[in-house]
Amino acid sequence: MAEKTLPPVDVVVVGSGWAGSIMAKEMCEAGLSVVMLERGKRRSTARDGAYPSSLDELEGAVRYKLFQNPAQTTVTVRNRSDQEAVPYRRLAAFLPGAGVGGAGLHWTGVHFRAPPQDLRLRSHIIERYGRKFIPEGMNLQDYGVTYTELEPFFDKAEKVFGTSGEAYTVNGKPTGKGNVFAPDRSDDFPLPPLKDVYTAHLFRHAATEAGYHPYAMPAANASQPYTNPYGAQMGPCNFCGYCSDYACYMYAKASPNVNIMPALRRHETFTLRSNAHVLKVLLDSTGKKATGVVYQDAEGNHITQPAGLVILAAFQFHNVHLMLLSGIGKAYDPASNTGTVGRNFTYQNITNSTVWMPPTRNTDQFIGSAGGVAIDDFNSDNFDHGPLGFIGGSPLWVNQAGVKPIAGAKAATPGAPRWGSAWKKAAIDTYRHSFTINAQGSNMAYRDVYLDLDPTWRTSYGQPMLRMTFDWKDNDIRMNRYVISQLANVVKALGAQDAHYGMREPGKPFDVRDYQTTHLCGGAVMGDDPKTSALNRYLQSWDVPNVFVVGANAFPQGMGYNPTGLVAALAYWSAHHIRTQWLKGNGGPLVAL
Amino acid sequence: MPDTPHRPHPAAPLTEQPHSLAAPLTPAAPHPAEAGHAPAATHTATRRHVVQGLGTGAAALALGSVATAPAAQAATNPPAHPASPTQTDTPRFFSPAEFALLSAACERIFPADAQGPGAIALGVPHFIDGQMDTPWGRGELWYMQGPHRPDAPANLGYQLPYSPQQIYKVGLAGVIAWVQQTHQAAFETLAPEVQDSILTALEQNATQFDALPAATFFEQLRSDTIEGAFADPLHGGNRHMAGWLMMGFPGARGDYMDWVDRYDTPYPYGPVSIAGETADHG
Repeated sequence: MAEKTLPPVDVVVVGSGWAGSIMAKEMCEAGLSVVMLERGKRRSTARDGAYPSSLDELEGAVRYKLFQNPAQTTVTVRNRSDQEAVPYRRLAAFLPGAGVGGAGLHWTGVHFRAPPQDLRLRSHIIERYGRKFIPEGMNLQDYGVTYTELEPFFDKAEKVFGTSGEAYTVNGKPTGKGNVFAPDRSDDFPLPPLKDVYTAHLFRHAATEAGYHPYAMPAANASQPYTNPYGAQMGPCNFCGYCSDYACYMYAKASPNVNIMPALRRHETFTLRSNAHVLKVLLDSTGKKATGVVYQDAEGNHITQPAGLVILAAFQFHNVHLMLLSGIGKAYDPASNTGTVGRNFTYQNITNSTVWMPPTRNTDQFIGSAGGVAIDDFNSDNFDHGPLGFIGGSPLWVNQAGVKPIAGAKAATPGAPRWGSAWKKAAIDTYRHSFTINAQGSNMAYRDVYLDLDPTWRTSYGQPMLRMTFDWKDNDIRMNRYVISQLANVVKALGAQDAHYGMREPGKPFDVRDYQTTHLCGGAVMGDDPKTSALNRYLQSWDVPNVFVVGANAFPQGMGYNPTGLVAALAYWSAHHIRTQWLKGNGGPLVAL
Repeated sequence: MPDTPHRPHPAAPLTEQPHSLAAPLTPAAPHPAEAGHAPAATHTATRRHVVQGLGTGAAALALGSVATAPAAQAATNPPAHPASPTQTDTPRFFSPAEFALLSAACERIFPADAQGPGAIALGVPHFIDGQMDTPWGRGELWYMQGPHRPDAPANLGYQLPYSPQQIYKVGLAGVIAWVQQTHQAAFETLAPEVQDSILTALEQNATQFDALPAATFFEQLRSDTIEGAFADPLHGGNRHMAGWLMMGFPGARGDYMDWVDRYDTPYPYGPVSIAGETADHG
């Protein structure tokens, strides 16, 4: 192992997913030299999404070809702080990406804007329900940025991603379509919505009959051929059903690799290094200024890359891990509820329900896209929480991104046989005639749910692992159970033969063995108060002002929607303020302490 | 402008790195460290070490010739016909006794019946045999470093020190000895109802083999049996796509543009595999 120091650059960007690619592009446009460090491999659609070899369920979704290998780095997990956390040894509950494009290469493509009230949830809840409505132990917070401020950046991200969808209002004018709960937009979606697959069509009609307000889910899957503002081209989605876990061979699903990298590579000041695992951010003797990063390359050498500006844009928990390892900000202490790095760690509160149609009806679950049909009647604060006594909500949707047969056969029907002829028949019938409705709910932040460094286990790089302390809480369990209880109205209207309602069970702890979602959030959140947020409203570290930390780590609590749309908008928001203010100043804080 | 920088492009390469540490920009020329497979000698030695550590050195001697994962080989050089017929007789990882038990157990989990063929006809035991000689089989896709806490709460996930290879070696040896003790016979010679009662006992964790709970072994076997029945035939199972025909899955067709809004009409086309095999019935 050798040590080496490279010539300095203006900006080092850690991570090559959506956040890193957006930040790198913006910094290159500002004329800066940018080195992007990616711990995983080179990846491209041409190689990792080739047809037909990439349509391989075993490689893609079972062996996790595009995902982080826990043998290199993983986390430890426990439910309560009086337990010993143990390593997350086999991927299951959540699936972080690795390699160029990050999780942006293998995501599904569901692309939402954040509900305006979610961005100022603490203020909103106090205004509508009073301060006492917030339960003891819940660290409910505002983002410190409003929907109106973010709107131009949501719009920019949709245009870069080639997002398909239906607007409700554009500049205040109703279109006659779309989600009645959606905030106003300055422009329509760049592409019309994807077609409803059969199961989404069934859900749309049943939800209407039940008195709810269905809409076509916004999806970063191109419904038509598209060229984005960077000149990157997308093909039309053909509903092949290999969205989540795969690189899209049709170039129809937005990814950093398809939508940004080709333009980024044209900047002569841009350099991408793969197999470069960043170990820590280096600080000067004051601890208030970053001087660069040190990373380990594929040969095990430790390379120092000096830089004037450090942008952490790795996956949510890797950003938090790097801050803890580097001593950026004060580590969170749950006993005193002080410190900010590791605080407000959240997940997403998703449960899945299965509906069986009569055996004469084929649900064709293998057809799929990131589109689908949703209702927001029970999302966010779109319904009166007063009599219900919980905070948060959940959209309900059919988001059929293609069910392949291994996943279909492994899907458990509670109480049914798990092997043998009876199981085999049930598995085949379920695959052919059922479909899934997801309740993807918010997850609030709690004082005793957090991230810190593990005292026992180390990554393959010899560093302490990140430790997750996470469990489901009463508020979130009750929210999920309420929303699922409302789903029965839709199922009745479907003419379904049978239904299994998946819902949180009180007393059943968070279980890492079942895939839920990779929408992990928080741990280094944005806000207006340095006592409760690690980052200011521009995603700038309060403590080290030449470090910006971009990603879902910035969300103060988990929302019902998928995080990527908000991550992308926050990245463009942050980049805009770096370009227009920070670069023109003295390198100090954008918000005075 | 799709991300295909290996194609001739007037402006490419656009961003050559200024120093020798940079990895090549074009995905067509992967970095050596990305190849995904250790050199054959190292790889064989590692596996032999693992297997010998489990006291089955004889099996290890039969393993030396397998240098590359069959899946990866097939992916880069697709066979004209499914690879399965040439693999039917000789397992590469398992001993004959282990393979006989494995095959019989897979067949009870996924039996031949009115729905269609069972695990043996689908090539599932050979699929599992082939998977043992992959990064996954060797435990290279799991965090395997100690200390191990096998008594941690089950909801915090797998905590044993065993790779998939080791789960099978320990589990199969354990079941062979256990069935010999309880039934004075080999599993594969017992009546199907008796085999089912043994599998049920494993599923319900009635015993333990060294540090391996019987239920952990059963769940691995069940999971891998399902994968072998429904993975693309290039991995050695799902022979002639019979698993997909049973499920009604069109395989690697990957295009439903013409079918997305033909609601409630049975999809008419049979499956196609990655290697291009088709099946027109079902």
